[in-house]
Amino acid sequence: MKHMPKPPLPLTTLLGKAVREATRLRGGGSALPGLFVESIDKDFISDCLSKLPQGVVLISGTNGKTTTTKMVVELLEGQGLKVFTNRTGSNFTRGVAAALLGDVDMMGRLTADIAVLELDEAHAVKFVQTVKPRYSLLLNVMRDQLDRFGEIDTTARLLRTVAEHTSDIVVVNREDPRLLAVSRELPEDKVRYFGLDASLRPAFPSDDDMRGRGAEIGRLPKALSVLEEVKGHTAIFSLGPKKLTVTLKLEGVYNVFNSVAAIALVSSILGDDLNPDKLVGALEAITPAFGRGEKLTVEGQPLELVLVKNPGGFRLGLKSFDPDGYATMIAINDNYADGRDMSWLWDVDFESLKPGISHVSGIRAYDMALRLQYDEVEVATVDPELGQALRGFIRTNGGQPKRIYCSYTAMLALRRELSKLTEVEVVS
Amino acid sequence: MKPKLNILQLYPRDMNIYGDWGNVLTVMRRSQWHGYEPVLHEYDPGGTFPDDIDIVIGGGGQDAGQDRIQEDLLKIAPKLRALVDDDTPMLVICGLYQLFGNFFRTKDGHEIKGVGIFNLETHGGPERMIGNIVIKSPEFGDIIGYENHSGQTFLGEGVQPLGKLTKGAGNNGQDEFEGARIRNVVGSYLHGSLLPKNPAIADWLIEKAAMKRYGEFTPSVIEDRFAQLARKVALSRPR
Repeated sequence: MKHMPKPPLPLTTLLGKAVREATRLRGGGSALPGLFVESIDKDFISDCLSKLPQGVVLISGTNGKTTTTKMVVELLEGQGLKVFTNRTGSNFTRGVAAALLGDVDMMGRLTADIAVLELDEAHAVKFVQTVKPRYSLLLNVMRDQLDRFGEIDTTARLLRTVAEHTSDIVVVNREDPRLLAVSRELPEDKVRYFGLDASLRPAFPSDDDMRGRGAEIGRLPKALSVLEEVKGHTAIFSLGPKKLTVTLKLEGVYNVFNSVAAIALVSSILGDDLNPDKLVGALEAITPAFGRGEKLTVEGQPLELVLVKNPGGFRLGLKSFDPDGYATMIAINDNYADGRDMSWLWDVDFESLKPGISHVSGIRAYDMALRLQYDEVEVATVDPELGQALRGFIRTNGGQPKRIYCSYTAMLALRRELSKLTEVEVVS
Repeated sequence: MKPKLNILQLYPRDMNIYGDWGNVLTVMRRSQWHGYEPVLHEYDPGGTFPDDIDIVIGGGGQDAGQDRIQEDLLKIAPKLRALVDDDTPMLVICGLYQLFGNFFRTKDGHEIKGVGIFNLETHGGPERMIGNIVIKSPEFGDIIGYENHSGQTFLGEGVQPLGKLTKGAGNNGQDEFEGARIRNVVGSYLHGSLLPKNPAIADWLIEKAAMKRYGEFTPSVIEDRFAQLARKVALSRPR
């Protein structure tokens, strides 16, 4: 393919759309058409995105990308913008290409004001080489998939590259020491921060230290938006001099923290054009992204799916959700997208689940059960087969709310199984 | 009163990654289950090195973490060597395994001095060796874990490997060995965490410690069904 001349954009679009339609009919994955157009026309993404009047927004970091992207999209739409996004959580560039194929017209034109894209750290670096984002949002750097990235400090360097290639504004989590260091190398007027009030910091275990010795926090820069207070579903945010009191539909304090990130970003994009009432209205309407604290109803009882991908995320999840009154299941796979290394389970403290949980499942169910054994958390049933475990979990815990902590591919498989039992939103 | 065992975790602040805590936790719990009262001591740079230690456990770190402990490690080296000579059981994984050797030479030629407990040297390699790994050890049988390192380690005279590779890259991706053994010290690149899925090594550390301090060790029967099943699954997984 290397020597073939690049096809004109409408042709790439036509071919890409055809492949997309063919894969859809076959019930295939969402990435293949993206891979296809990337291979015949490496400029496809930049050609489609370069003409957007408000440019491109890139969201990256270890945890919270999908949830935050969804929030930013809905907040911008609430302000009247037409937004393009890659909402499948396929945060590779081919996922962006695939999403574009769905949204562009036959000429390869995208009718949108702005694009909001989530990309993992490695793909974000690849992406900024061809498309310069006008805004970027850096959420956090945590130990995750070190079997892919090698070291957490390497991951931080990737995000520094993203920040350097951002033309206008980089929005940074000032609570993350590695990102704070990255931001301090950027011109001051290019950076906006979001953060936490000091009273909330204990609710967020630091990633560097699972054993509760919080990192020393030096003087933090002033943040554009701060999460001041959380009580149940009510949160108070500061935004510049203003205070916003918001009743959220989101579960888990870490999702609330993601919404501060979203507020800071949206306010940076819109500046004086921001309508605060519409912002609050849109915030209150936001529901969790699929599998990220997503709430389904099974046999008249709520069932929550909590995606856990790394020690930091798992710890935050356990800290955010009270196991009392809930039946709990944990499902851990070790496919490529989950990370093959199971060491991370040993960097999470499970004692809050004592005396015990109902089910453990997934390819690495026994690794998970072993982990729980060493925290003296009882497990009623261990069954590696996900569908069977799910049905057993629902059967034995009738009349009770349920919660499943699941790794990425386990989450996808469980949603497929759940769609046979209840209404599950299709994300494609 | 249960007999005590003093367990030292070396540098938990800077050398504690990929489940190194799992090794400490496993020794703590299994000591309890065998009828002892484990007492955890933590040593970080600049701290007071505790006396009367029965088991030493150390892990790996980011490059930055290794830089932070390097000077301090050389300071406590005589104490560590005295413990080794006294047959104290120890387990060192990845970063501290490398620094228990003579030196680590980085890719750009910078040399980090080790404490020389193992006669071995490590050289920064061109690529990371990452994936599931299985080795066969004459003492412990099949050892199952996960490796993630770019350092290539070569054993010198007088040091035995921990085991021979069945699957994975091991010490250097060139010879067929993994880890190192001397006296009652085990060095290895295996995370996983290593001890939960290889309880034979955990019990060996505890037995050595108990024999040394109390002159006897009567193991309890521990339910290791999950460990056995997790081992079986791990063996079947791709690299």
